[in-house]
Amino acid sequence: MARPKRPNVPVVIDGHEVMAYPDDTVLSVAKRNGIRIPHLCALDGVSVYGGCRLCVVDVAERHKLMPACGTAVAEDMEVHTQSRTLQEHRKLILEMILAEGNHVCAVCVSNGACELQDLAVELGVDHVRPDYQFPRRTVDASHPKYTFDPNRCVLCTRCVRTCSEVEGAHVWDVAGRANGSYLIADLGQPWGEAPSCTWCGKCVAVCPTGALAWKGKAVGEMRHDPNLVAFLTSARDEGEWLDRETM
Amino acid sequence: MAKVIDLDDVAVQEAEARSRYRWRVKVCSSTACDASGAGPARRAVEHSVEEQGLEHDVQVVPTGCMGLCSAGPLVRAEPRGGQATMFQQVDPQVGADIVERHVVGREDLSQHQLDENLPFFTRQERVVLSNAGRIDPERIEDYVAEDGYRALVTALRMRPRGLIETIEASGLRGRGGAGYPTAKKWAMLHDAESDQKYVVANGDEGDPGAFMDRAVMEDDPHRVLEGVALAAYATGASKAFLYVRAEYPRAIKRLEQAIRTAKRQRLLGKNILESDFSLDVEIRTGAGAFVCGEETALLASIEGQRGQPRMRPPYPTERGLYGKPTMINNVETLANLPDIIRRGPEWFRGMGTRVSPGTKVFALAGSLQHSGLIEVPMGLTLGEIIEEIGGGCPNGRTFKAAQTGGPSGGCVPASFRDLPVDFESLRQAGSIMGSGGLIAMDDSVSMPEVARFYMDFSQDESCGKCAPCRVGTLEMHRLLERICAGAGTERDLALLEQLTRTVRETSLCGLGQSAPNPVASTLEHFRDEYTALLRNEPVGVAHG
Repeated sequence: MARPKRPNVPVVIDGHEVMAYPDDTVLSVAKRNGIRIPHLCALDGVSVYGGCRLCVVDVAERHKLMPACGTAVAEDMEVHTQSRTLQEHRKLILEMILAEGNHVCAVCVSNGACELQDLAVELGVDHVRPDYQFPRRTVDASHPKYTFDPNRCVLCTRCVRTCSEVEGAHVWDVAGRANGSYLIADLGQPWGEAPSCTWCGKCVAVCPTGALAWKGKAVGEMRHDPNLVAFLTSARDEGEWLDRETM
Repeated sequence: MAKVIDLDDVAVQEAEARSRYRWRVKVCSSTACDASGAGPARRAVEHSVEEQGLEHDVQVVPTGCMGLCSAGPLVRAEPRGGQATMFQQVDPQVGADIVERHVVGREDLSQHQLDENLPFFTRQERVVLSNAGRIDPERIEDYVAEDGYRALVTALRMRPRGLIETIEASGLRGRGGAGYPTAKKWAMLHDAESDQKYVVANGDEGDPGAFMDRAVMEDDPHRVLEGVALAAYATGASKAFLYVRAEYPRAIKRLEQAIRTAKRQRLLGKNILESDFSLDVEIRTGAGAFVCGEETALLASIEGQRGQPRMRPPYPTERGLYGKPTMINNVETLANLPDIIRRGPEWFRGMGTRVSPGTKVFALAGSLQHSGLIEVPMGLTLGEIIEEIGGGCPNGRTFKAAQTGGPSGGCVPASFRDLPVDFESLRQAGSIMGSGGLIAMDDSVSMPEVARFYMDFSQDESCGKCAPCRVGTLEMHRLLERICAGAGTERDLALLEQLTRTVRETSLCGLGQSAPNPVASTLEHFRDEYTALLRNEPVGVAHG
């Protein structure tokens, strides 16, 4: 279904009436209208995952909280994104994510340019209440160009979805379950030995933390480019690299 | 093309065959009785029949679950036209005695005789389990003799819409836990437009201590198949999957065999009973994940994907298996269908309560005189189930609380003995009906310890997709461990409560959303035990 020229679905977010496209989610229409809803796993250009739960919002007449990233808009939908309860939930969820891995900003390549760090500041996480798990995880530096440090991985699966849906290689996936879940390359071999990897680096570009990084980056030097995927997919959809004649 | 089965013919022949025997000795060969030695007992009975030369007089029938698992192995000797006698704890010696002394000698075997006038038996109303313990599940003739597949014949003469209306009139609600109206789900799949629709039977019963669906699948597999066929006919599905957990090898074997037999008799497959309706049925086995009982994770598992739930909407009836409209019904729900069609919705409404009609199967366990598998009308009170049917706690212990709904449920204190057991009442009491696990606990039990046990289960069974469930259940388990060990603080308790709210309200699927229930319900009803542990005081009376 093609998008209409102008957004034509009225939605009320935090008291502001905004217009959405019929294929919008609560998160996408909020973003376009400058309404900030914290999120981590959501990434423009790839499929919706709904795993981090930071973007949960209150939709009137729904008896459960809904993730903004995966909730389609409906006419006259009334959404609240900033209630006290929602803020408390988000804060605790982020604390849980921080407690699960080994997130040590002071020695991280992404220090100062990290979505996880930014979220912590935004949500006012100045300490972590749940027990730190201090998992023992081994760094994979077998790839000639990139490193993977699972200590910093938050299992958002942006890399998994990007590699599978945009690059078409599906190098990454999640193995194990529950708190034993971890990221694997191909069938669990070192990344450098994973034959399906094309070295394209899109996974590194979209990683929200310092888990996937360029080799040779020192503390605070890594810059990710999460918008790359949306740029690529929209360019593909629009046929921007094709000769208009042959389209 | 195979010949279509003549149900009347088979039923008559079966009745004749049965009437040739003076005695039918039924030996419970269900998983529970087998585990307590039903195999050797049955061989002893058979051997003794042979030895006495009674092969033409006494028929030995291996059956499904007779219910009172705590007294197993069970045997029921039924003389033609006479009063049957039930025997408990039948070892090979007792098995031989039943033939030699009871059947031949007409003696009483008092210490092994089981009174069938126990409330455990008399208070039950068996619909789903009506054949369990009575027929040989491996013979289709046995099922047909009990009016099996008659509902399918009736249904095939109806319009699918009419069938949905019948189910709607019966008020049947999903037996998998949430109690969603079955007819509503059916109507959604019926109205969905697609070249392919699927029906899935959910037999991935994963609650610890629950074995309702196992009994239905093992003891009356054809009933499940008939239910699946009815659901598929009503909704326009041409393919059905039975999703059974791999831990139920016997259920899988029985269902496989039943599918083969039913196909041969033209009760499944192409042009069922010479109608235009065709249905292909296939079994898929789970690989041991609790979360695969959640419908979207179950579908992912059937597709060969990682068994993880996804967001709803879209609901499976819109986009389900392989992107096609799909309806998932619990095995027990499906097993109710043949009787509803055959005996009418009014009959069904005559049992249970107004909003929760019918019966419910419970796996009754814990600190009870009599435990096992029971089927009772909805709305029986908790006290009636625990104290009358279950006979109360043994060894002079006092009934303290009942756990319902497994790791997704909660604990209801003994003061709720008058609580009717139905979907709404249990929810109001802070627990859920769930799939039918019901565990009685006595005064020796520490409730925070119960919460810790279930949280350990949930933190292990979380799929790991969403952060609140993956990390939250783990953190909650840690806090509970600390509190139970007497090392907890007020701060720990406060954090536990905050986690309870966040995990419940923000998790992706039903597993995470309900995982904090054991904690929340014990905090609600037994908060003093938590605070006692914070003061390092003992909780629960030690076993004497």
